[in-house]
Amino acid sequence: MSMWMIFKVAVRAIFRNKTRSLLTCLGIIVGIAAVIAVMAIGQGAQMMMVKEISSMGNNLVMVFPEGRGNGPVSGGMGQGQTMTAGDAEAIKKELSHLVQGVSPQVRSNVQMMYASKNWAGNVQGVSTDILLISNWVVSEGRFFTEEEERRSARVCAVGTTVKKNLFNDEDPIGKTIRLKNITFKVIGVLGSKGANNWGQDQDDVVMAPYTSVQRYLQRSKFNNINMMNLSLISMDDLEEAKREVGALLRQRHHLADYQDDDFETRDTTEIMNTIGSVTGLMTVLLTAVAAISLLVGGIGIMNIMLVSVTERIKEIGLRMAIGATPANILMQFLLEAVVLSTVGGAVGVAVGIAGAEFIGSVKGWPILIQTGSTIAAFAFSAVVGMFFGFYPAWRASKLNPIDCLRYE
Amino acid sequence: MHLIEIRDMYKIYELGDEPVHALDGVNLSVDDGEFVAIMGSSGSGKSTMLNILGCLDTPTKGSYLLDGVEVAERSPTELARIRNEKLGFVFQNFNLLPRTSALENVELPDLYLGHLSMRARRRRALELLKRVGLGGRHSHTPSQLSGGQQQRVAIARALMNRPPVLFADEPTGNLDTKSSIEIMKLFTELSQEGITIVMVTHEDDIAAYAKRHIVMRDGKVMRDDHGEGGMKTTEQVSQLVKEALS
Repeated sequence: MSMWMIFKVAVRAIFRNKTRSLLTCLGIIVGIAAVIAVMAIGQGAQMMMVKEISSMGNNLVMVFPEGRGNGPVSGGMGQGQTMTAGDAEAIKKELSHLVQGVSPQVRSNVQMMYASKNWAGNVQGVSTDILLISNWVVSEGRFFTEEEERRSARVCAVGTTVKKNLFNDEDPIGKTIRLKNITFKVIGVLGSKGANNWGQDQDDVVMAPYTSVQRYLQRSKFNNINMMNLSLISMDDLEEAKREVGALLRQRHHLADYQDDDFETRDTTEIMNTIGSVTGLMTVLLTAVAAISLLVGGIGIMNIMLVSVTERIKEIGLRMAIGATPANILMQFLLEAVVLSTVGGAVGVAVGIAGAEFIGSVKGWPILIQTGSTIAAFAFSAVVGMFFGFYPAWRASKLNPIDCLRYE
Repeated sequence: MHLIEIRDMYKIYELGDEPVHALDGVNLSVDDGEFVAIMGSSGSGKSTMLNILGCLDTPTKGSYLLDGVEVAERSPTELARIRNEKLGFVFQNFNLLPRTSALENVELPDLYLGHLSMRARRRRALELLKRVGLGGRHSHTPSQLSGGQQQRVAIARALMNRPPVLFADEPTGNLDTKSSIEIMKLFTELSQEGITIVMVTHEDDIAAYAKRHIVMRDGKVMRDDHGEGGMKTTEQVSQLVKEALS
């Protein structure tokens, strides 16, 4: 008997018992739908995170001075005092084959004032390279120039949050604000970046030349900086760049071989890896849950197929009497189980996608449906049908025709 | 060469303490074109014999040559092929596939054989339905047919693969007198066309349609009447059975 004929027989048998077939499929439908939906939501979240991390910067590598402190007292990260703007300039000059932009960064938390309004915020002293490094855009006015950076001009660009709180609807360009009672002229507004991965508002910022921040806001005796942001030409050179930056800094800081680095480099691949391992763990857990739900669905199929074999024992006997071989009978019942499970799988995929889209639109979550994992889930449902359908089908094929015909 | 030849055949069931000899050393041969009725009370072994002849069951011991080929110790798959190509079955309870049209029921044996194209298979099935007098009813399902009509569909199905021999197990057991007569007339016609028929029955009037009568008791053949004296009446058959069992 041709496969097509056996397939038709199987489909007909399924349609004969619509309610029961539907209930049998339900186990697989729920299992597959759950896997598809959770994967879509999980992968959507991952995609979002990756996007946000890359919004932090363009091939970003951060270099922090390490807290070495004096004697037994050690400071925290970024508190060391050995890193200077000179280091940043040296990197830019000597490692130009690896690095396309370097910006020192100094921070100062200040009270900002304009007219009767005031706002506590973060002033970042940076170089002009920061636009390239951190993917900032200037939406109104302009950014400061290298010339202004050199002469420590009291100019600044404000983020949209600061703009809203100090100026409301007023045009901030050309206005003078006071930072720690020092007047700075607003020359630009930064395009909005929104919150970062940690929920921090990236627009709550004022950017000024690092020279000005050091000179007017930090008023430090030292010319140390809090960190450096580097933009590599290519992420492929990450390891080489880290090595060369490290060597250069060690040399500039006069570190002997036995001394530890007084700086630390961080890059987004580390954060990506962390996210990867978290989502990897999530995937393992989900796969386990999926496997269990499909196992339950598969057992449901096996159960129904065993009932079906007993119920149709006379039909089996008759088919054998007129010439069906054991292989024909095996194939008939196996195919029936596989059709049940693949139909369940297909419906499950559809329900899962619809469910994920629905949850995504209600909750506003990003949804990412990957073709590969969808096909894998569907294929797995067929495997489940084959695996759990085999035993009942095998039992049917081993029946003795005369026992079947006599069965009451 | 005989069409069917069984030698020294035993079928022993191990039920409880004592083994039951359903067939107890039976020797029998059937030639091409015969119309045989196997008779006997229930438990005589007549159904067991038919099942073994029909390759539905295997003997405990003994030889069975079908068309000159030994079939007593074949695998289930080989037996299925033999049943499919060489044997036709008609059962007491018809055994049609429920909710399946008469046409599809008749086509079924060739679906397993696969000799014919879809169109040729359909044509042959329609011919056979016409042959058994159900020309216009090919799309009816068994539940829409009377008992006699269902049995005629079953006969058409048994003939689908042109088997040389037809086995019938109490073919009229579930039918009223009128339908029984119609079915037996059909068998008589088929026999005249050259098909070998081996039928089990315990009804003397049904057995009277056969030419040869075999009477069994306790797994043994008590009487094998080849009907040299021509067709028998019901009374003659009754007499024969009574003599055999006395």
